[in-house]
Amino acid sequence: MPDLVTELGIDVLFKGTNFLRLLGGLWSALSISLIAVAISIPLGIIMGVLMTSKSRIIKAILRVYLEIIRIMPQLVLLFLMFFGTTRAFGWDISGETASIIVFALWGTAEMGDLVRGALISIPKHQYESSEALGMTSAQTYLYIIIPQTVRRLIPLSINLITRMIKTTSLVLMIGVVEVLKVAQQIIEANRMTSPNVAFGIYLTVFVLYFLACWPISLLAKYLEKKWS
Amino acid sequence: MSDELLKIDNLVKSFDGNTILDGVSLSVKKSEVVVIIGPSGCGKSTLLRCINALEPIQSGSITLDGEVIERNSKTLPALRQRIGMVFQSYDLFPHLSVLDNIVLAPCKVQKRNRDEAKQEAMALLERVGLSEKAKSYPRELSGGQKQRVAIVRALCMHPEILLFDEVTAALDPEMVREVLDVMLDLAKQGRTMLIVTHEMQFARAIADRIIFLDNGKIVEEAKPDEFFDNPKTERAKQFLNMFEFDSVKARDGLDK
Ligand SMILES: Nc1ncnc2c1ncn2[C@@H]1O[C@H](COP(=O)(O)OP(=O)(O)OP(=O)(O)O)[C@@H](O)[C@H]1O
Ligand SMILES: [Mg+2]
Repeated sequence: MPDLVTELGIDVLFKGTNFLRLLGGLWSALSISLIAVAISIPLGIIMGVLMTSKSRIIKAILRVYLEIIRIMPQLVLLFLMFFGTTRAFGWDISGETASIIVFALWGTAEMGDLVRGALISIPKHQYESSEALGMTSAQTYLYIIIPQTVRRLIPLSINLITRMIKTTSLVLMIGVVEVLKVAQQIIEANRMTSPNVAFGIYLTVFVLYFLACWPISLLAKYLEKKWS
Repeated sequence: MSDELLKIDNLVKSFDGNTILDGVSLSVKKSEVVVIIGPSGCGKSTLLRCINALEPIQSGSITLDGEVIERNSKTLPALRQRIGMVFQSYDLFPHLSVLDNIVLAPCKVQKRNRDEAKQEAMALLERVGLSEKAKSYPRELSGGQKQRVAIVRALCMHPEILLFDEVTAALDPEMVREVLDVMLDLAKQGRTMLIVTHEMQFARAIADRIIFLDNGKIVEEAKPDEFFDNPKTERAKQFLNMFEFDSVKARDGLDK
C-alpha cells in the first residue's frame, strides 16, 4: 500500500507544508470568486431588472455588454484587465484585484441574464390576479413576484457560482498564486525525487475542487426539486 | 341610490385602433346573476377585465355603487377588494399553499387577523369540499380543485360582486360540474355575479338575465328562458344553433 502512495507521488503531499500550501492556494481562488460573487449578485439583480425595463436603449446597451462578456474568453478578459490596463492607462493593479474585477464583470452579466429570465418567466396573470385581489403593485412584487423569482433564481445562480469557482483556476495565468500555481510549484520542486508527483498533486487538486463545488451543486439540486 | 351595484355606461375599448367594445352599457343589481354569452373573440373577457381596471378604456364609465373604477386612481385597490374575479387560466400563486393563497390578501390588504381569516378560509374550503387540501400546493391539485380554490380565494375578501371568466373552459369535462355546482350554490346564497360562460345549460339554470354580446355590442338582453327558447335576433339564433346537433341516426338505417 505505501508503495502505491509513493508510486503515485501522493507522499509528496505530506512533505513539509505542501498540503497546507495547496489549501492556501484553494483559499485564494475561493476568496476571489466569493468576493466577485458578492459583487455580482446585487449588480446582477439591478442589471436584470433594467434588462426588463421599457427603455430600448438601456436594453440594447446591456445586451451588447452581455454578449461581449460571453464571447470573450475569460482568459482574454484577464489579460486585458491585468496587462492591458497597465499599458494603456498606466494602472498598476494586482493580479487579485484584476481577477476580482474580471470575475465581477462576468458574474454581473450572467447574473443579470438569469434575473431577466426569471422575471419574464412569471406569467402576466400572476400580476393580474394579485392586483384583482386589491393588492397594490408594491404588495404584488413583495408577496407574489419576488418570492417566485427568487425560487427560480437560486438554483441557477448557485450553478453560476460553481462555474465561477472553477474558472478561477485561470488566474494563475496573471501570476496569482492559487491552487494550480501552488501545485505546479510543488511538482517542480519534487520532480527529481518523485517522478509521478504530477499525478498525485493534480489528483489532489481535483479532489479539492470537487469538495468545494459538490456541496454547492447538491444544494442547487435540492432547492430545484423542492421548488419546482 | 338605486339598487344598481355595477353600472357600465357606454364603454368603448380598443386595442391598437381595433374597437373591441363598442359602446357597451350594462348594469347589475344587487343579488342579480347576469350571464354574458357570445362568440369567441367578441370581447367578453375584455369586458370583465375592464370592470376590474386590468385594461385601460377609451371612453365611457364604470362605477361600483356610485364610485368610478379607474386605472391608476388611488381608490382602485380599495375598489378591487370589493370585486372578486376568477379567471379562465389557473391563477393560484404557485409558491403558496392553498390556505396561504386564500388568506394572503385578507391579511395583507385588509389587515385582518390571521387566525380569523384562516378560520373563515377553512369554513369556505369545507363548503366547496376541499378542507383536506388546505396544506397542499396548487401543483398538487386537479384543475377543478384549483378553480374551486380560486373561487374561495375571491370569496374570502367578502366581495360585493363576483366576476367569472369562463372558469370551466380549461377543465376536463368530468371536472366542470364540481365547479359549476359551487357557482350555483353562490347564486342560491344571493351573491351578485357577472358570469362569462360557454356552458349553455348552466347559463340557463343560473342566470337572472342573459346578455348576448357580439362584435363588441350588446345584441340581445333577455330572461334566460326567453333568450334560449325565442331568441329575437338572427345573430343569437345562429349562435345558439352551434350548440345543437342534427340527428344523424338515419345513417343507421342505410347500413341495414
Ligand atoms: N392584449 C390584447 N391586445 C390586442 N388585442 C387583444 C388583446 N386582448 C384581446 N384582444 C382582442 O380583443 C378581442 C376580444 O378578445 P376577448 O378575449 O375579450 O374575447 P372573448 O369574447 O373573451 O373570447 P373567448 O370566448 O375566446 O374567450 C379579440 O379579437 C382579441 O384578439
Ligand atoms: Mg375570453
